[in-house]
Amino acid sequence: MDRSILDLWVGVFVAAGIAALLILALKVGNASETFNVGDTYRVTADFDNIGGLKPRAPVKSAGVVVGRVDQIQFDNERFRARVTMNIDKRYQFPQDSSVSILTSGLLGEQYVGVEAGGDSQNVKDGGAFKLTQSAVVLEKLIGQFLYSKAAEGGDAKK
Amino acid sequence: MLDRATGALRRLGRQCIGAIWRLGYASRFFAAVLMRSGTSFRRFRLVIKEIYFAGVLSLIIIIVSGLFVGMVLGLQGYETLQRYGSAEAVGTLVALSLTRELGPVVAALLFASRAGSAMTAEIGLMKATEQISAMEMMAVDPIARVVGPRFWGGLISMPLLAAMFSAVGVFGGYLIAVVLIGVDAGAFWSQMQASVDLRNDIVNGVIKSVVFGVTVTAIALFEGYDAPPTAEGVSRATTRTVVTSSLAILGLDFVLTAFMFRGA
Amino acid sequence: MENLVEIKDVSFAYEVRPVLKGINLTVPRGKVVSIMGLSGCGKTTLLRLIGGSLKPTRGEVRVAGQATHELDREGLYALRRKMGMLFQFGALFTDMSAFDNVAFQMREHTDLPESMIRDLVLMKLDAVGLRGAQHMMPSELSGGMARRVALARAVALDPMLIMYDEPFAGLDPISLSVIGDLIRHLNDALGATSIVVTHDVQESLKIVDYVYFMSEGVVVTHGTPDDIRKSDAPFVHQFVWGEMDGPVPFHYPGTGLARALGVPHA
Repeated sequence: MDRSILDLWVGVFVAAGIAALLILALKVGNASETFNVGDTYRVTADFDNIGGLKPRAPVKSAGVVVGRVDQIQFDNERFRARVTMNIDKRYQFPQDSSVSILTSGLLGEQYVGVEAGGDSQNVKDGGAFKLTQSAVVLEKLIGQFLYSKAAEGGDAKK
Repeated sequence: MLDRATGALRRLGRQCIGAIWRLGYASRFFAAVLMRSGTSFRRFRLVIKEIYFAGVLSLIIIIVSGLFVGMVLGLQGYETLQRYGSAEAVGTLVALSLTRELGPVVAALLFASRAGSAMTAEIGLMKATEQISAMEMMAVDPIARVVGPRFWGGLISMPLLAAMFSAVGVFGGYLIAVVLIGVDAGAFWSQMQASVDLRNDIVNGVIKSVVFGVTVTAIALFEGYDAPPTAEGVSRATTRTVVTSSLAILGLDFVLTAFMFRGA
Repeated sequence: MENLVEIKDVSFAYEVRPVLKGINLTVPRGKVVSIMGLSGCGKTTLLRLIGGSLKPTRGEVRVAGQATHELDREGLYALRRKMGMLFQFGALFTDMSAFDNVAFQMREHTDLPESMIRDLVLMKLDAVGLRGAQHMMPSELSGGMARRVALARAVALDPMLIMYDEPFAGLDPISLSVIGDLIRHLNDALGATSIVVTHDVQESLKIVDYVYFMSEGVVVTHGTPDDIRKSDAPFVHQFVWGEMDGPVPFHYPGTGLARALGVPHA
């Protein structure tokens, strides 16, 4: 096997392999959205019910991803869920912004939505969002619906 | 009667001890290969030659298989998804299946069959024709000179082949879903990019392929080195390489998947 | 040192099967010594013990004064650099040309520049008459030619001890005498010592200085070729003259033929 031809083919092979890895990383995956720890600041929010929210779920505002959910813990004193989020440093939110747990699509995965408030002060690293809206739990919704239907029926009878 | 029962038990015990002894022997062999890898790095030429034999010569089968697997995923995925009105998620389906599982696993299985069996046969035959003994008598360590470069060549080739398999597979899925069937190209790529995470899916896939590469190459080299120096011995060793590698790949895949994708 | 190789009371067993039972033999410097015997009598095992691939279960093997079983890997490799071995059927590296095969040891163990290696390899190949075949691959060489290339490879670093494992096996008459000739001439030209393990009596008696006869793990007879030819020890006689029956029986032990055929009272 002539050495130069062998080297050529091996070079082509390794280059193709690295190219494949890059294609996978950039075009197939979401490499551009991977945040470094240094670029984010931490904010917490307490919810009555987080529904199906999972760590690494996106935090979106106006539909654009601005951060990721880092941790979800249970606060045993206040009996609420404490969600810790890493938000990109480029985006600052007023302290009275409200956060809610929304679902993408009808049966999609859940994410945290941030709606900006009007306060002049922004939430700082280590701060918290005070206004929170819990996730919609399907069973409760159905229960409410049935209850209101039953109440209507009862009213009609009266 | 009692004799036969104890005889069977004794045979079982002997087989178990034999298997464990062999595993220990294989581990020592593997440790020796790693420790004597200095030659492989100082004479990188040898490793490059092995990357050619293990990697470049496997390119065709990897690319063709990747293309077909991607196309089948696209086809089957579309069939099922469009029943739930989610035909546009076919990109996600193809990409995740490939990067997380099929890329590393199928590429490793193909690599074991093609390159692994070739390595086993090559080393087995070298042993049978006394080339290994000749090398030892010439004061050249065969593990450093023959086995080491093949190990590193296989280890380097495997992740590259798996990445190419996945990339070509995604392209195959694109061909079927977008070009042939008519799923919207924009939706195809954007949904895929939204769902495939670099750290979780792609990097994990690469980690898997590295683990598989080590496993397959180590098994292939050991079986070749340990083969009885006869034609029958070498052929049986080659078969054992493919079977053992395949089982190891599938088993390790389960273990790795359980670790990596727990609760995701 | 008068004897290059000394084997003192060496016994060796593969797991439980004893192969060598108390062998004593010496190989004087500069001589060509032949070790003969039937297949399976332990000749190749003896070569492996001298080369250090095996360690004796009892006794000691000394090469150039060093006991092989006391050497660590480094020491063993250092000793082997001064030894050359011709394996049965050659054992050439099949993925390299004849040239590269002979150059192998020079490239691995020395820092000689390629130009010098080229000259040395061509000289070695010329010594065995195969300089014209330098670019051929082992698969393209005939049996005799492959054996000669392997011989050139064995003497590539001018070793002090050259060992031959059945160098005459399977060769045509011309190649037989060529190899025999080369063994003698190379030994004398290099000032080396040679050990030839073989069961080709006629060829080896032509070229060696001393003969050891082995049977079932022990040395039964030794002497100069003349001694051997004139010997009337039954085993030696049967071996040298190729007699069908003698101490080595023709029939494999078993029941008599008449009995096996069922002839009564025979």
